Amino acid sequence: MKTYLLEIKYEFLKALRMPQYALPTILFPIVFYLFFGVVFGQRNTGGVKMSEYLIATYGAFGVIGAALFGFGVSVAVERGQGWLEVKRITPMPIGAYFVAKLAMAMIFSAIIVLLLMIVGTTMGGVRLEPLEAITLLAVLVTGSITFCALGLALGFLVGPNSAAPIVNLIYLPMAFLSGLWVPILFLPKPVQTIALWLPAYHFSQLALHVTGGSRGESVLGHIGAMFAAAVVFGAIAYLGYRRDEGKTYG
Amino acid sequence: MNNLPAQFSRVTKNYGMVEALRGLDLTIRPGELVALLGANGAGKTTAVRALLGLSKPTSGEVRVFGGDPRDARSRTRIGAVLQVARVPETLRVREHIHLFSSYYPNPRPIDDVIQAAGLEGLEKRKFGQLSGGQQKRVLFALALVGNPDLLVLDEPTVGLDVEARRSLWKQIRAFIAGGRSVLLTTHYLAEAEALANRVVVIHKGTVMAEGTPYEIKGNADTLEDAFIDLLEAS
Repeated sequence: MKTYLLEIKYEFLKALRMPQYALPTILFPIVFYLFFGVVFGQRNTGGVKMSEYLIATYGAFGVIGAALFGFGVSVAVERGQGWLEVKRITPMPIGAYFVAKLAMAMIFSAIIVLLLMIVGTTMGGVRLEPLEAITLLAVLVTGSITFCALGLALGFLVGPNSAAPIVNLIYLPMAFLSGLWVPILFLPKPVQTIALWLPAYHFSQLALHVTGGSRGESVLGHIGAMFAAAVVFGAIAYLGYRRDEGKTYG
Repeated sequence: MNNLPAQFSRVTKNYGMVEALRGLDLTIRPGELVALLGANGAGKTTAVRALLGLSKPTSGEVRVFGGDPRDARSRTRIGAVLQVARVPETLRVREHIHLFSSYYPNPRPIDDVIQAAGLEGLEKRKFGQLSGGQQKRVLFALALVGNPDLLVLDEPTVGLDVEARRSLWKQIRAFIAGGRSVLLTTHYLAEAEALANRVVVIHKGTVMAEGTPYEIKGNADTLEDAFIDLLEAS
């Protein structure tokens, strides 16, 4: 137990002191939100104010970034550069390593969402009831699990140097096509169909169910899609982990 | 069943077509410092990885204190300095040691480890701010913190200057003085001569010569000459 807590503490400190991770992860969603959510905030989309709509989608955007970079890139780097082996030859339970990264991504996610709420309510004219705010935070932070699983899968499949570019190649198009930057209704019809296959779409729709502005599809359907994606990514990550072990311990 | 710190029995390891180890037999006894010598590709690192449970032998068996190297019980009794390309740079020296100490049931006190590894005054530095020699000493501290009975050092002084190398030697000798064991791989024959009770020369994955540094040296002037003669004779 003590090992898990210390591992989480130091994983968080490690990431927080890494400006190349901490700054873009936290600032990108906030800055995008300032541009689109605050400046164009009083327009309407899907029956709600843009500033309220975008707090959900940029929240999702930020959470996904924290998970893919904090989990995916850091596993790829630590695995590829030998640090994971230094830990594996100790009696550390391997679970502590992954739990710490998951917790770190969730803490960063919570920071991003809370900052967005502060900016939105003070500058964007967003009105969130306390219960709505808590629900939105819970939805966004919990959804992080699916993207941590994706990050973990990538972390075991890609090399330490290609990890960041590959994550960006997945992260940015997925965010756009899922309607995280620009509301999905503004995107062409074919894109709206593609979005149904992207976990980020279902994630953002769940968040939009809280703020208003979702497309009114079934909540259970979105949760099911997120869960299925987490299982698929988790399975790929497990195969990658086994392959990695097999390369050494095979 | 035995309680020897390390025992390799007819260990082979193939990577595809490459036979990295070909029937390696090697025993490390309590209180002994064994230097594993060999040219690049002789199988030194493969042997170390098998001993640490990072790599499974194709055939044969490796035991650590009589147990499977992958068991948590074996891992609490063994500490290692590996060749690692990069260590998280934003954690401080003391933080790294503190975290690793939590992995072990009976860790050495952190201040004790800092002193044993010669890191006094550097506790608050971030890993990325240290010199190469200091970074090696941190890895050495992480290997010591679990209070191991067997220390495995994979080319620990590569890239260090003379002074840093000597100071690490001193720390290795202090470790042995407690009756504990060390397996050291090295390119530097002077290092083997200075530290080892026993030298094991491996070539193409199998033991080629074994004895005290004095015995291996035989009639040659230095261990290095003897080593070159051995390789040429093969």
